[in-house]
Amino acid sequence: MSDASVITQTQIYEEIFPDWFTPESRSGYEGFIIPAERIQEAAQFLRDDKRYDFLISVTAVDYYPEDCLEVVYHFKRSTGGAPLTLKCILSRESSEIQSLVAVYPGAELQEREVWDLLGVKFTGHPDLRRILTWEGFGGHPLRKDWKEAFYEEEFKPFKSRWPDGKFSRAEDHNPLQDNLNFPQGFDPDKWVADGEQTLYKSMTRVSKLNEDGIESDQIIVNLGPQHPSTHGVFRMAAVLDGETVVDLKPVMGYLHRNHEKIGERNTYLQNMPFTDRLDYICSMSNNFAYALTVEKLLNVKPPERAEYIRVIMAELTRINNHLIAIGFLLNDLGAFFTPVLYALEERELIIDMFEAASGSRMMCNYFRFGGVVRDLPEGMLDHLKKFLTRLPRKVDELDHYLSGSEIVRIRTEGIGILPPLQAIANSASGPLLRASGIPYDLRRADPYSIYDRFDFDVCVRYHGDIYDRFLLRLDEIRQSIRILKQAVRDIPEGPIMTGKPQYQVRVPAGEAYGRVESPKGELGFYVVSNGKANPVRYHVRAPTFINLTSLADMCKGNKIADVVTILGSIDIVLGEVDR
Amino acid sequence: MFGLGIIRGLSITLRHFVMTYVDDIRKGKRRYHTPEGIAYRSNTEVTGMFTIQYPEEKLPVPEEFRYIPFLVYETSEDGMRKIRCTSCGICAKVCPPQCIWIVRTTDPDTGKPIPTPAEYYIDIDLCMSCGLCAEYCPFDAIKMDHDYEIASFDRMKHHVYNLEKLAKPLEYYASIRPVNYKAEEDARAAKAAAKQASQAA
Repeated sequence: MSDASVITQTQIYEEIFPDWFTPESRSGYEGFIIPAERIQEAAQFLRDDKRYDFLISVTAVDYYPEDCLEVVYHFKRSTGGAPLTLKCILSRESSEIQSLVAVYPGAELQEREVWDLLGVKFTGHPDLRRILTWEGFGGHPLRKDWKEAFYEEEFKPFKSRWPDGKFSRAEDHNPLQDNLNFPQGFDPDKWVADGEQTLYKSMTRVSKLNEDGIESDQIIVNLGPQHPSTHGVFRMAAVLDGETVVDLKPVMGYLHRNHEKIGERNTYLQNMPFTDRLDYICSMSNNFAYALTVEKLLNVKPPERAEYIRVIMAELTRINNHLIAIGFLLNDLGAFFTPVLYALEERELIIDMFEAASGSRMMCNYFRFGGVVRDLPEGMLDHLKKFLTRLPRKVDELDHYLSGSEIVRIRTEGIGILPPLQAIANSASGPLLRASGIPYDLRRADPYSIYDRFDFDVCVRYHGDIYDRFLLRLDEIRQSIRILKQAVRDIPEGPIMTGKPQYQVRVPAGEAYGRVESPKGELGFYVVSNGKANPVRYHVRAPTFINLTSLADMCKGNKIADVVTILGSIDIVLGEVDR
Repeated sequence: MFGLGIIRGLSITLRHFVMTYVDDIRKGKRRYHTPEGIAYRSNTEVTGMFTIQYPEEKLPVPEEFRYIPFLVYETSEDGMRKIRCTSCGICAKVCPPQCIWIVRTTDPDTGKPIPTPAEYYIDIDLCMSCGLCAEYCPFDAIKMDHDYEIASFDRMKHHVYNLEKLAKPLEYYASIRPVNYKAEEDARAAKAAAKQASQAA
């Protein structure tokens, strides 16, 4: 990518926008406020005239007790540059806004999520059902006046813990003895679960006459929840014509714990270990994105050494994740656990390093605002250097034995194709986007941290099928090794933290959207602060959740046996999808 | 030739199988159930079998490994336990899942707080072992443990740790985290020396 196409936020303001785009006047906020009834028009204008062809995220902020519900959109250009923020202000009572699915199909699952959690009705959405909570759920949990079953206080730390902290269990305070609330007037005997029927009705289903003049019907098959190769508790409802998939809908939320509500009860620092639990394979990347976002609000920069440590950790995480993704893709193909264990061998060496540095193999909790927790342990860099001489050999081995295997090629080539324009429209990111021929990598497109110093290539493959996604992950491991080698060579001595470590960070009022190229795609955090100890809004733009929008497009026309492999090639982690 | 890739793929399993035995013969008995054998098998240069035979063998945990906090106490010469915690409450405030409960001691006569905890609970079912309490404790009084084998049959009875269960001697802390312990002691000594010097001056 040439430098000319990289634009900054200040340049955006100089571009000409129509006068109904009101620039944000609150300090600490950015972007434009537009009238809610013109959002579709605005989206069309951004996409067609301004080349903001990629909808990053849709979310909303509840400013209770003010009667203000703000729908927030982030757009970007698939050629690179800073994101653009649009906001529409709605009243909390009649929260209705036009759906953007017609302009950006990638809004589909996200709008459902905003409806589910914040109660914004998107008119014109083809299938506006709850997505993360169950269909009989009472209320919209991310509204500020909604309270959970184990509600104790609005914000942590709770007063009951100190100085008179008599121990008691949360469930003892709830009449149901469980973390469960029922909507008012709910009677389990009389309640009819109509969600299933609505789901099946929303799917394309046509009867037709076959060649012999016999009418053939199409059947619905549910894959999951708990299908052994679904990478977690995930369900796909598929309409089949014979063995061919006609339509498919992902059903999720089985692991939903309302991470964002927890995040809004927490203080800023307390969220850090919770981010580990999103994509539990890549906890360091999650830490990285969250730290960057809050650092944006705080306006601090970590010292040199910390930046290098962060990059080392993020790239090790990428290798770690791709090894797992490749290994388990082979599992989905039927090579039960033999290839994946060879991949896990290398991963073991990586998480040993994570453990030595952070104290935990998976839940690292290693980043802090303005640096990292502690310096690398003695001898770790030497260990890393040794590992970097071993890993290329092992990656070549994986490549040699897997890429050439006839079974792998027959089962993956030309299957699950996602065309490039479709990938952009669906807001796909990460390896999914790059395997479809779009060389978009945030490390290059909108460099964060110190990625602009490293010499590496943005991997891209052009067929958009499963095989290319598999090869692309191998390519990315090799590029990560390149970055790691440079980082290990250049890492300076010095402090690892800007300022003193403090547990009560004072975050100035404002909003920030921070993002990193996580191994699975664009991982973003949208944090709104009002200057107090807890965030007003804490939103996670989860890459795999949004990548699932493309699942139906990739599966249609393929055989049912390939659906599991296609899902495996997206590389989802349910901790992040369901949040 | 069609099918060559499959045969090649199968051969790697055979190769690893053979390599494991070759390595076993080469290394002999030292390869298993010895610290050097375990270190060898978790190294970047290992060939052959990679796995550790838990629970007969255990991977040594690195110093920074963290699992459930404990409270450090010092034993004075007359055998009295002096717990370092001053019940300042920072750990309870910083704890993300809010699993720490502290009752501060108050002087019954004056009603003023005494800097020692009367009761201290950690619900280890809630604890996420994030280590923030140990990180932000200004008195080095709460530290993360290395003992990860804490399974029990009844969570209601055994999973709320009280002061007695949480308290562990300073010597134990020094043994599991020697580098950290030394750094803290050095910092404390330097601080005391500086204070003495300023008093003398």
